[in-house]
Amino acid sequence: MAQAHAAAHHDHPHDHHDQESLKIMGFWIFLVTDCILFASLFATYVVLRTHTAGGPAGHELFEVPGFVAETFILLTSSYTSGLATLAMHKGNTKALIGWLIVTALLGAAFIGLEISEFANMVHEGATIATSAFLSAFYTLVGTHGLHVSLGLVWMTAIMIQLARRGITPVTHRKVFTVTLYWHFLDVVWIFLFTVVYLMGVM
Amino acid sequence: MEMFEEIKSFASTFFVTGDPLIYGADVAIVMTMLAIVFVLTYYKKWGWLWREWLTTVDHKKIGIMYLIASLLMLFRGGVDALLMRLQLAMPDVHFLHSEHYNAIFTTHGTIMILFMAMPMMFALFNIVVPLQIGARDVAYPFLNALSFWLFFFGAMLFNLSFVIGGSPDSGWLAYPPLSELSSSPGVGQNFYIWGIQISGIGSLATGINFLVTILKMRAPGMKLMQMPLFSWSVLSSCVMIIFAFPILTVTLALLFIDRFTGAHFFTLDGGGNPMMYVNLIWMWGHPEVYIVVIPAFGIYSEIVSTFSKKTIFGYKSMVFSMMIISVLSFFTWVHHFFTMGAGADVNTFFAISTMAIGIPTGVKVFNWLFTMFRGRIQMKQPMLWTLAFIPCFVVGGATGVMLAVAPADYQYHNSYFLIAHFHQVLIGGVVFGYLAGIYYWWPKMFGFKLDERLGKWGFWFWNIGFYVCFMPQYALGFMGMTRRVYTYGWDMGWAPLNFVSTVGAFLMGIGFIFQVWQIAYSIKHGERDLTGDPWNGRTLEWSIPSPAPLYNFAVLPQVNSMDAWWEKKQQMQQGEVKQEPVKLEPIHMPKNSAIPFVMSFFWFIAGFGFTFLWVWMAVAGLIGVGICLLVRSFQYDTDYYISVDEIRRTEKALGRAV
Repeated sequence: MAQAHAAAHHDHPHDHHDQESLKIMGFWIFLVTDCILFASLFATYVVLRTHTAGGPAGHELFEVPGFVAETFILLTSSYTSGLATLAMHKGNTKALIGWLIVTALLGAAFIGLEISEFANMVHEGATIATSAFLSAFYTLVGTHGLHVSLGLVWMTAIMIQLARRGITPVTHRKVFTVTLYWHFLDVVWIFLFTVVYLMGVM
Repeated sequence: MEMFEEIKSFASTFFVTGDPLIYGADVAIVMTMLAIVFVLTYYKKWGWLWREWLTTVDHKKIGIMYLIASLLMLFRGGVDALLMRLQLAMPDVHFLHSEHYNAIFTTHGTIMILFMAMPMMFALFNIVVPLQIGARDVAYPFLNALSFWLFFFGAMLFNLSFVIGGSPDSGWLAYPPLSELSSSPGVGQNFYIWGIQISGIGSLATGINFLVTILKMRAPGMKLMQMPLFSWSVLSSCVMIIFAFPILTVTLALLFIDRFTGAHFFTLDGGGNPMMYVNLIWMWGHPEVYIVVIPAFGIYSEIVSTFSKKTIFGYKSMVFSMMIISVLSFFTWVHHFFTMGAGADVNTFFAISTMAIGIPTGVKVFNWLFTMFRGRIQMKQPMLWTLAFIPCFVVGGATGVMLAVAPADYQYHNSYFLIAHFHQVLIGGVVFGYLAGIYYWWPKMFGFKLDERLGKWGFWFWNIGFYVCFMPQYALGFMGMTRRVYTYGWDMGWAPLNFVSTVGAFLMGIGFIFQVWQIAYSIKHGERDLTGDPWNGRTLEWSIPSPAPLYNFAVLPQVNSMDAWWEKKQQMQQGEVKQEPVKLEPIHMPKNSAIPFVMSFFWFIAGFGFTFLWVWMAVAGLIGVGICLLVRSFQYDTDYYISVDEIRRTEKALGRAV
């Protein structure tokens, strides 16, 4: 019995390592499915982007300073989440949490800008029900915004866990997946920036 | 008084009223629920239900729950089918109203594919895959339980439309503009969207779960090209799930946004494009039919090999065929609507890609035949269904190739020829396959075989019934009968064949009754499986006791070849296996959790709120979901170890020397 216990303790770190790498692999595959989700929304948008049905088109609605600011903020937050990962590799919990806080604040600023952009457009009478183009616009950009918002809640939960437990194999994996998710949303935004906004104002 | 009137008018729209059939069903549902509550309370089984089933993360139990749910859904979808056949048995029948008929063909299709075929497939994934690859569980047991409960509550939400609010009635794929608010203002369509959406999240998670399980958790030494073909078929199916299901999620979400916010994705005004929905839904829908049929191919491969006492013929070509089909499946969707008029070049591409699917499928049929060639074939139940499948599927495939000829399809499109074709591949391919699989692995699930005599009665009723039901429908299609007509006149000349078809449908119904009887009979009298290897099997699941212990394998098997268990048995016979002393180690297992059940229940609340557009309820449900996710995130004590002593006790009780 004593031997069994010793064996059990001996196995723990090994099992944990396996478990965590399994979860990371699953998360990668989840991101594949999320890619398909966005791909379907992009395809929808591309089909409908000219279907303005007499309503306003992209170049009448999109304001360059607004979406450029959003882009820079989100790209910077991706960079700071990278700095968080570096701090984690150095084993510096404080710096890790600090960089995650910066990342989350930038994310929140991005969401704030997006909400005000949407509010302005609705104020000008360009709602989701105005035309097929606007339905596709709000759905595509809004789905990305929803992803970022959920990411903020998730990141906050992980920060609390880091503060309580420090860097363990489990929290390490959690930081890894949330930053992976964050970078993914950044990549999606680059496509949004190009396909929706740049092609919209050109 | 006014309040009373308000409540009355609310209740008359909230509850489905006016049809004696539905009142009868209401009574039956309430009685069944009362009976269940009474039995659970009388035998003091609530705690048992909660601990052993509702909170379980054991893949074997989850598989059994999938199986039970799918058989119930088979019953409901089957009753729908029989009602339709009764309505069509003779000309000018007014047994069902046209609206009621619309609702029934819609729910029949949706239930049979999404709430019968999918869960029956997941039942077999869960029960078989970990045992077959020598694993102790799936990669993510918690997620697996969540998948099941999402499916379950999604299915319940969909079925609730039968008694509350009204059923969806715009066809099993809900094409707009018919499914838009302008043409379907009721809540039925919302039930459809949210029932499928919620269970769809579960299906997607299952796809990820089993892909990782198969890639990462195979027994030591088992190479991919030594893996049993059923596991290969699951891998192929999971790849398709991962790429196809997000498209379904988006499609249904867009339809709901149209209905909820007045957006214009698929409307006729505001720049919307209904055909885009048809494209999107079939980009999921076509892979979906291969998602359900490929695992059936895997089952046939296992059974043919076991009951012919031969290694499968052309193993590698089997693997390649399945993987090729899973890729090609994403390039055939337009053949569902050649008549859209996408142009000759587009239609040609999709006609050729569709016909190309016939090649790998044909390879598989020949491989099954060659496996049987000069084999010692045993006519057990699983083999019977497999043998019935081959001619049935070949005819179904051939009519499929006929439909794939784009110009000819303008003639067949949406006729009963099409109905006969897809029922032939879905019943002859998918249902026969899953039934074969259930007969084959039943002893592994429950520790006894299903009675042969009753099973054969069921088998012959099903098979004869199938041909009597669907062969006339090919002819009816050529005679001009289109799908979804709820009645027809004497002058059409369709009466005799329709009557024959209805007789066939009821023969299949009798077959199902025999199977229910067979299960009930076998629970008491079925032949017990004491060896764990009742069919003299070839793969690892037969090397352990039936039913398998919680941890499946006391010691993980070492695999060096295909058909690992068969090889080992051969070596044991020749005395080549030395009895090495096995070293037991504590086994790492996940703890049970209530979160999957509770979280899925909150999804159900949210779905119900969205259905009735009660935003407060939807938001409350979603907050509940969020809280469940956070609670799970903060849980660290999620697993435990089974001690060596306990493993030894369990194995001894199962009659295994360790």
